Formats: sequence, C-alpha cells, structure tokens
Amino acid sequence: MNTYAAAQVVAGREIRVKLRDKTFLFSTVFFLLFSIAITVIPAVLAGGPSSVAVADRATASRLEQADLEVRVVADDAAAEKLVRDGDVDAAVVTGPEVLAMQDRPGEVVRALSTEPPVRLLDPDSVDPFLAYVVPFGLAFVFFFTSFMFGLQIAQSVTEEKQSRIVEILVASVPARALLAGKVAALTVLAFAQVALIAIVTLAGARLAGLDRGMLHALQPAIGWFVAFFVVGFVMLAAAWAAVGALASRPEELNSTSQPVQMLVMLPFLAVIFLGENPTAMGILSYVPFSAPVAMPVRIFNGDAAGWEPFATLVLMAITAVGLLAVGERIYEGSLLRTNGKTSWATAWRTRSTA
Amino acid sequence: MGTVLNVESVSRSFDGRRVLDNVSFAVPGGKLTGFVGANGAGKTTTMRIILGVLAADSGAVRLGGEPVTREIRRRFGYMPEERGLYPKMTITDQVVYLGRLHGLTPAAAAERTARLLDRLGLGERAGEKLEKLSLGNQQRAQVAAALVHDPEVLVLDEPFSGLDPLAVEVMVDVLRERAAGGVPVLFSSHQLELVERLCDELVIIADGVIRAAGDRASLRARHASPRYEVVVDADAGWLRDQPGVTLIELDGPRAVFDLADGADDQKVLLAALERGPVRAFGPVVPSLTEIFREVVR
Repeated sequence: MNTYAAAQVVAGREIRVKLRDKTFLFSTVFFLLFSIAITVIPAVLAGGPSSVAVADRATASRLEQADLEVRVVADDAAAEKLVRDGDVDAAVVTGPEVLAMQDRPGEVVRALSTEPPVRLLDPDSVDPFLAYVVPFGLAFVFFFTSFMFGLQIAQSVTEEKQSRIVEILVASVPARALLAGKVAALTVLAFAQVALIAIVTLAGARLAGLDRGMLHALQPAIGWFVAFFVVGFVMLAAAWAAVGALASRPEELNSTSQPVQMLVMLPFLAVIFLGENPTAMGILSYVPFSAPVAMPVRIFNGDAAGWEPFATLVLMAITAVGLLAVGERIYEGSLLRTNGKTSWATAWRTRSTA
Repeated sequence: MGTVLNVESVSRSFDGRRVLDNVSFAVPGGKLTGFVGANGAGKTTTMRIILGVLAADSGAVRLGGEPVTREIRRRFGYMPEERGLYPKMTITDQVVYLGRLHGLTPAAAAERTARLLDRLGLGERAGEKLEKLSLGNQQRAQVAAALVHDPEVLVLDEPFSGLDPLAVEVMVDVLRERAAGGVPVLFSSHQLELVERLCDELVIIADGVIRAAGDRASLRARHASPRYEVVVDADAGWLRDQPGVTLIELDGPRAVFDLADGADDQKVLLAALERGPVRAFGPVVPSLTEIFREVVR
C-alpha cells in the first residue's frame, strides 16, 4: 500500500466521522437555510405579481401583457368589490381609472401608460443593493466555511495527539499520508458545502424571479468563487493541520492557531471594508489570501479582465504548494511532541519520523 | 526458525544529549525477548526507532539481514507506551481502520478484527465506543490494534503495565502464540519477575548503552559469579575457612556461597561429606533481578 492508498483510507475515516457529527450536520443545514432565506425571503416579501380586476376586455389583455394577474369581472362594481374585499390588489374601471386601497399600484399604472424609451449609458453596472450584498455574502461564506473546516482539520489533529493514537498511526503510515488524507477529506466536505450553498443560492435566485441580467452577473462570480474557494482552502489546510499538531490539548489550539486565524480573518475584513475601493480590491484580488473573495467580487462587478482570475489562481496554487511544504514539516516535527505546546522553531528543526 | 530483527549500532541524541549510544542487539524469531532497563534508559527511544516513528542519528535496523523500509515496517505490530485509540469510535471500527492502514482489504480487516476481538474476550463489546469500556477492556482493544494485521514483528512497550491479572494472562498467551509462529517479539517491562517468567532472551540497557544481551542461561553464566547452596545436618559455619569460598548467607545447616574463579565446587562437596551427610548441594540460579543489579552496576 502506498502513501496515496493510505491517504485514501485516512480520508475515508475523516469523512465518515464528520458525516455522523451532529455539529457538522447542523452547520450545513444552517448554511443552507441561511442561503435560501437571503434569496427567497425578499422575493416572498415582495409578493407575486399584483392582481388586478377589470371588466373591459381590451384593458385586460394590455394588463396581461405586463405579466399581471388579471381577473376579468362582469362590471366596474364587481371589480371595486374585489378590491374592497382584498381579493385583488387593484381594479381598473371605466375612465380609465385605477382603484386601490392604500398603496399606489405602480405596476398597473405603468402597464396602462406609455413610457418614454430609456437608453442606459452604463448597462453593465450592477444593482447597488446587490453590489453591496454580493461581496459581503461571498466574504461571509468564505470566511465561515474556511474557518470552520480549517479549525476542524486542526481539531482532528489535536485529538489524535491528545488520545495518543498518533504514535500508532505514524508507525503504520507516513505522516504525509495522514496529513494528505485529512486535508483531502475536509476539502471535499468544505467544497460540497460551498457548492451546495452556491447551487441553492442560484436556484433560489431563479425561483425568486431575480432579474435575468443579474443572474448573468451572479453566475460566473459564484462559479469562480467555488473554484477559488477550493484552491484557497487547500492553500491553508496544511497550515491548519500544522497548528493542530503544535497543540497537545484542545485548549492550546486557540493560541497555536492564531497566525492561521489571522490569515483568514484579515482578508475577510479587508474585503468588507475596502470593497468599494477599486484600487484596493485590485490589489486584494492578487494577494493569495484575499483573492478567493476579492477576485470573484471584481468579476461580479465586471472589473476583471478575462485572464485575471487565471493569473490569480496560478499565484494561489504556487502559494499553496509552498504552504503545504511548510505545513507538512511543522506537522511532522510536532506530531509526537505530546508534552505541552511545541514552538514553530522546534517543530521546524525536529527530524521526526524515519 | 523465524527471521531475526537486528538493531545495529543505533545512536540518537536529543538536543545534544546522547540518549542511545551505539545500541546493538538481536531479536530472534520464535522467541520472546525482554527489554529491561530503568526509566529513561532508552527503551522507548529504541523501540520508536525500530518502528520508524523516530529517526536514528546513525545505525540501522534490519529484518532478516535486509534494511527495514517503510514497506516492511507496515507489517510490524506496535504497542506504544502511551496507549491511545479514538475514544469516540467503536472498537470494531478502529481496529478495522488500523488494519486497513496496515494494508488489509476492508473484508480481510473486518474478518480478522472479529476473530481477534473474540479471542481477546471483547466479542460482545465490539460495537461499543472505546470510552464506554473499562480500563482493562481498553487495554485489550489496544492489543487487538497491534495484532490485527498479523504482524511479522511485534514490538510492545510496557505491554503489561496497567493490566489486571486476567488480562496479563491473556496477553502472555497471545505473545507466546505469536512467538510460536516464528515472529520476533520484543517487549519492554520493568516488572522483572514477569520478564523472568516469560522471556527466552534478554536485552539489558542502562543510560543508553546495552549492558547485556543474549539468552537467559548464557547471561546468567556470564554475569553472575558461580553461586552454590549446600544443606548439611550440622552447622555449616566451617565453609568460611574453605579456600575460594565467600559465604553469602548462613542459616545453621544451610549456606549459600560464591566460589572464586578456578575454585573447584567438587572439593567443597567432598569437604562437606567428610563432615557428615550432605542433604543438598547445587548451583543457585540467580534471579533476573540479581543479574540486572549486577549488570547495570
């Protein structure tokens, strides 16, 4: 059995354990509900198309063309009664006159009036509300998922140290296989969760009747985000494992994992606070740690040239290779030091396994 | 019968302190080899190096003359001094998992796990989480973890510590059974009486240096001066004046004495017979504790 096969066995166990873990299942369900909520609830609150009662056939067909829910009634009195009973939002009576209870039925009025032609000078520019919500949403999902799953890698390493099974494990398989198995398992789970969120968000947006142009801008951004997420997660995964190995008990994990927590937290805050500043975002989209959020945001805003995401991905991949090597060395150097916290320097110097 | 595991000139330092100094010994297949030494003498470090959990600064470990590689080590069974399994996993799941890490197929791992747990008296507890078991049963699970892949070499660090007497017997049976199959079995212990009862071979280490190694009889011959016991009818105090005799213990008609190199035990016997009947006369086999004391002095 080679390292690859061993890593597969390790990954298999990690996934099985996580799929039975209530915290994991709960967080997945929570995230899904959350993403359903933010896409569907606004649409539900906005209500479906306005319903309108009308007696006149010609008016009815005009209203139908405007995608309104039309109820054809016998006469104007019947139409007014439906409005008063709350069965419809508005009625159009002879005049033509539009009846409604409290709110001005803008859609009905628009359907009946002749609007002047509109020429958009910057047709790609994004709805200001979404322009605010999307970067925040992506940053939020990246931050929480990456943090949560990263911390789980660290925890599972610390648990193996604390329960002392680690010595049996490294006597059976190379430490590298253990590390690879853990990283692979948690990456798959994190990817599955983020992909699920992405699909639910897009499907939800579609169901909620989000503007087609908006979907057009959102889809590539979310697609890229998933790709960036995976590379960005793998980039830090070995570092998470390393800080897990530096701790000998779960209580020490908080302090040993500080540097990696910062690598996740600072880019998150940067994107949140500098999201409106194109120059800052340009730079952030090339810093490997903030790129997973900054680059998809720029793609969404239409600020990134076609080649840019690829360039960033290459940068991230190079960083990932470097961090995996460092993480592996720290991991192997501290894995068998079960007496208290191991310092980075000691772990780096220790030649552990043969 | 069986292959020999050799530790050859292994040295290791931690932070400039030499923990193992040119350690060499053999663990013959088919026998139980006891590894004894005080705490901190270097037993655990040696075993970790055999398993490849720790790298040696110099020296080698060979099995049947071949340098031990990662692939060969995968067929070793190991029980570390610091015991541990996953507390929240069922016994079966974790023993199967460890079997698979040693290269067993899922089916073979499941089959051997079931058989082994039955053999160790854990059959009925197989589906329970480790943390729910008594300490004794956790130890048995640990034994199963070391044996699930039918190891070709067994290395056990203090396998008897913390075992209840019943579990000790189970462990002894299991080790003997493995040795009978030709497997080299090395285990450390500071319960010298137990080692004495079990072991064919001994390795004694002190301060990172092997002080003695070999089969029990030859170690005795080599490391303890010839000692005799004699029982006569009258007082045996006269022995004091025999040439070459150092009286160790005198209790009326019974005496224990050492003989100087070159002194003839038969002359002492004749001298005793001249004084009256001799009820018993023979060499005293020194206990392991005595050998150990002698060797590490």
